Amino acid sequence: MIELMALIVLTVPFIGFFINSTIVRILFGSESIISGYINSFFIGISLILSLIILFNPSDVTNQINLTWLNLFDLNITFGLLIDPLTSIMLVIVSGISFLVQIYSLGYMHGDKSYTRYFAYMSLFTGSMLGLVMSRNILQLFIFWELVGVSSYLLIGFWFNRSSAVVAAKKAFIMTRFGDFGFLFSIIYLFNFNPASLDIVELYKMIAAGTVPTKIATIASLGFLFGAIGKSAQFPLHSWLPDAMEGPTSVSALIHSATMVTAGVFLIARLFPLFDHSQIMILIASIGAITSLIAATMGLTSTDIKRVLAYSTISQLGYMVMALGLGAYSAAIFHLFTHAFFKAGLFLCAGSVHHASGTFNMKFMGGLQSKMKLTYYSMLICGVSLAGIFPLSGFWSKDEIILSTFNYGGFFGYLCLLIGLIVAFMTAFYMFRTISLTFYGSFRGGGDEERKILKSNNIEVPETVQNVHLEESPKFMTYPLIVLSFFAIFIGYAANPVFFDLIFINKHAFSEFVEKSLEIYHYHGTHSFNFTIALLSTFMAIIGSLFALNTYKSKTEIYKNTLIKNINYLLDKKYFIDYLYEKVIVENIFYETICRSFAWIDNNIFDQINILLSRFSYRFGLNSLKLQNGQIHSYGLAMILSGIVSVLILILLG
Amino acid sequence: MFDYFLTLIVFLPAFTAVILLFFKSRNKIINISIFSSVITFIMSVYLFITYDKNLGGIQFVDHFEWISSINIKSSYILGIDGLSLPLVLLTGLLSMVAVISSFRITKRVKEYFIWLLLLETSVLGVFTSLDLLLFFIFFEFELIPMYMLIGIWGSGRKEYSAIKFVIFTLAGGAFMLLAILALFASDSISSLSMVSIPDLNIIGIPDLISGKNLIVPASIIFFFFFIAFAVKLPLWPLHNWLPDAHTDAPTAVSVMLAGVLLKMAGYGLFRINLGFFQQTKGFTIFDASHLLAILGTISIIYGAIVTLRQTDLKRLIAYSSISHMGYVLLGFSAIGNGINFSNAALNGSALQMFTHGTITGLSFLTVGLIYDRTHTRDINKLGSLTNKMPIIAVFFMISGLASLGLPGLSGFVSEIIIFIGTFKIFPIYTIISAFGVVLAAGYILWMIQRSLFGKNKLLNKDQTYKYEELSDGTLLDLLPAFILTIPIFLIGIWPRLFLSLFDLGIKEIIK
Repeated sequence: MIELMALIVLTVPFIGFFINSTIVRILFGSESIISGYINSFFIGISLILSLIILFNPSDVTNQINLTWLNLFDLNITFGLLIDPLTSIMLVIVSGISFLVQIYSLGYMHGDKSYTRYFAYMSLFTGSMLGLVMSRNILQLFIFWELVGVSSYLLIGFWFNRSSAVVAAKKAFIMTRFGDFGFLFSIIYLFNFNPASLDIVELYKMIAAGTVPTKIATIASLGFLFGAIGKSAQFPLHSWLPDAMEGPTSVSALIHSATMVTAGVFLIARLFPLFDHSQIMILIASIGAITSLIAATMGLTSTDIKRVLAYSTISQLGYMVMALGLGAYSAAIFHLFTHAFFKAGLFLCAGSVHHASGTFNMKFMGGLQSKMKLTYYSMLICGVSLAGIFPLSGFWSKDEIILSTFNYGGFFGYLCLLIGLIVAFMTAFYMFRTISLTFYGSFRGGGDEERKILKSNNIEVPETVQNVHLEESPKFMTYPLIVLSFFAIFIGYAANPVFFDLIFINKHAFSEFVEKSLEIYHYHGTHSFNFTIALLSTFMAIIGSLFALNTYKSKTEIYKNTLIKNINYLLDKKYFIDYLYEKVIVENIFYETICRSFAWIDNNIFDQINILLSRFSYRFGLNSLKLQNGQIHSYGLAMILSGIVSVLILILLG
Repeated sequence: MFDYFLTLIVFLPAFTAVILLFFKSRNKIINISIFSSVITFIMSVYLFITYDKNLGGIQFVDHFEWISSINIKSSYILGIDGLSLPLVLLTGLLSMVAVISSFRITKRVKEYFIWLLLLETSVLGVFTSLDLLLFFIFFEFELIPMYMLIGIWGSGRKEYSAIKFVIFTLAGGAFMLLAILALFASDSISSLSMVSIPDLNIIGIPDLISGKNLIVPASIIFFFFFIAFAVKLPLWPLHNWLPDAHTDAPTAVSVMLAGVLLKMAGYGLFRINLGFFQQTKGFTIFDASHLLAILGTISIIYGAIVTLRQTDLKRLIAYSSISHMGYVLLGFSAIGNGINFSNAALNGSALQMFTHGTITGLSFLTVGLIYDRTHTRDINKLGSLTNKMPIIAVFFMISGLASLGLPGLSGFVSEIIIFIGTFKIFPIYTIISAFGVVLAAGYILWMIQRSLFGKNKLLNKDQTYKYEELSDGTLLDLLPAFILTIPIFLIGIWPRLFLSLFDLGIKEIIK
């Protein structure tokens, strides 16, 4: 029964995609308002059924099977895996997606490709739902790629903007680079044991000890590479900040529930395999490094969406770090809370843009009084992200920081240190953003920015629009209210500290989600450390006060050369984009390797062919002369060859 | 159904070509050609449905003796098995698409359709004939229509490309002829049938050749056949004719060339190189599998890298074809050493032929539609075409995404099966080849970005077309493209439909 429901959850978005991209598009045209309602309706169904699934835990037996391939030595069967981890992910994905659809009804209003937008959105949601409920790793990969392509289509949604198309391509190719690792591991695991592609079977095999550590290590390296690409972890993180070229509502979905969470989900889903391998330290290190460098880049960015994008990378780094340290439930919990407040923040950014006509915070300011709902939503979600007691972000971040402490040793304390520094920086850039956007006086918005860009002869991007300072329409603000509500209270679902509340047991979330690993016999440690909680809150509060104080009245802070240099380094994203795009891809790969290959192809292989044909032609032409019809030359040839033959006969004896 | 059904399918297009001689009106000629190609396609679908999968083996056999002496026997034998049936279907499908998409032809219409239909007959003949001599005749006959079609109805350096195509293929064909003669020279080879058909008391070469002494060493015969097919596939470093031929050929001919003509080579590899040389004395195909894997890998990576530098849409797709046909050879190399081999990879290799046929057919078709409107294929003069021709753009996107191996579309299925299967035999080459998937994403997305999206890049001074006047395809333009997307989605979602057939055919070929 539960599986059947899950199947419906999976299919309805695809039905929505099909209806929107064919029937609605043909019958009602490309701006049809119906498409938005169709999407909201179908994804609403998914949400309701997901909630039912969440409260009706199912076992991992598999009733719905689909034999995809049945060759002699290659059998692949697809199925559904509805365990606690999946059921939580289903609610996150369909819930956030539903709210984003509602928001989009207002945000995308009047766009000339309204129908196409909603068609892509339902494809995106459906693919992510399929990803989280896949039972077979190859099946997971299929949806993984579909998530990738739908985000490609959505990031490049405004395909007349060159920057959007370039960003979309960058996102797809960089994640594909990671997918190469994913693909490798699938192939590798299959050749180790075809049954191991079934996730439940894999759990069982690892628990029974039939998977050698070496195999697990190699396979998990590939999966990790895939996860790094998808979840924008260092060193494949640079596509995510650019990915905001799509509509803001798309960014909200990409950054919270779909796409980037897929990488974290993959590590969580294959947690036993990773746990069994020798690369857990590597995972934790990647997470820690990512969270640190992304947070630093967030400190100086002036684009509101970019700040949020860096914060996403940084928070994903937290989750990956926690997974690397073995804190399974802490990572999932943070993914859960983060989805709500990050979606809220992005939707707020969209709302701010709606009013101010720009994403550049230099031209904002003073919006607090003009758009109260947006302001309070952003404040709540921001405080939650900063991890300040008692909002939900606090509880989940605290569990992660606690896990570093519990891990102990030099490495654990190093992670703890990084975690605390990141907590400080997160609070700093979040309050910097809020302060620059809502406090002080209004600095002209899109009108002003356009004026400045024009006077400097820079092409004005299409994101710069006219100012009309007022609160956004209801379709856009209602989802904000809902998300803010969750940003406050959803943390209590975990109930990390109190004794049993009325209907939420102590550590309810952790215990629930760890049931997914029952077969693997995993048990996390659940505790609450008052000192650590106090410490992380202290860092966050210091950070926010520092930011509020510095950005109270000004937009730029320091004039000192050292700080300026650091600022420059951060603005240039540590030159990583430069290294990848300019040096490696353009200069080394495209201009050197590809160019020489193409040159060789044209000038060597083709020339050899041409020379060969010329040679045959000449050879034929010259042989023609042998038959010149002159009887005396034939006679000469006859006599000469006669002499030669006689000579040969004499010489050979 | 009735006897000689297969013969009817093969020769119906040729028969129509003769009929066309008696007509003058352009419309009638086009209608008759379309009608004939549709009927041929329907008959190939009928074959596909009625082929008895439980029985397997070779069915729909047409046979009569042709040359029969004590020393050598060559007969007219047509028949299909699991390997050739999907390719016959592919030929029917793509020929129909090619004929329909040619409805705008105005230059020497009658001759054009006559050659196109003769081309269809010769390709169908290659896939159905079970006699080596007959196979060779059909294989070589295809050159004549292709030469005419490229040389007369082409564009650019059409004569150069046509003659280049002919010389390359003819050189390959010469090697095949030598190989056939070398086979024939041995006493033990008393029949030129490519398979054994017990019902008709025909013992084929695979059984005759096994364990016998041959006058010419088996290795030489093997490589002569191999070279003939490597040129056609085309395999690095014998590939240079393909980009030229594609660039200058008319749209429908490009569709046929990429869609079915290249598959004759893949089919030949399976039927002849694999079919004959498993138990030969002194040398078997298994000794060559390593070499095949290396050549396949080089083709994949080399093709992909060169593709990245192309700026002509057709040239770009032509080079990507070289890369994609490399997968066919890579999967084929998974025969390994004969004991440790991968059945899956061989199936993937066969499926890749079918999927590449439909995907690349669609690519060339849509590029043709774009070219009809813009009169240029230079990517640097295109851009933002989606605004003006959204539906053509959708089909172009589908072909691109299928080509880069997007799950849900057919290219992914064959590639993943090839990778999974070949990894068992040649792990290193498989990993290197799998990187081709990343490169494919690069060149496809970049191509799409520069031609369909962004800003239009046509400068005022080159007056090849007026951006404002561009229009989307008409219903008849889009019909062939739509037809081709059906198998792309169908195989992507339900690969068993074709794999079950290929599996049957390949199982019979492998002893």
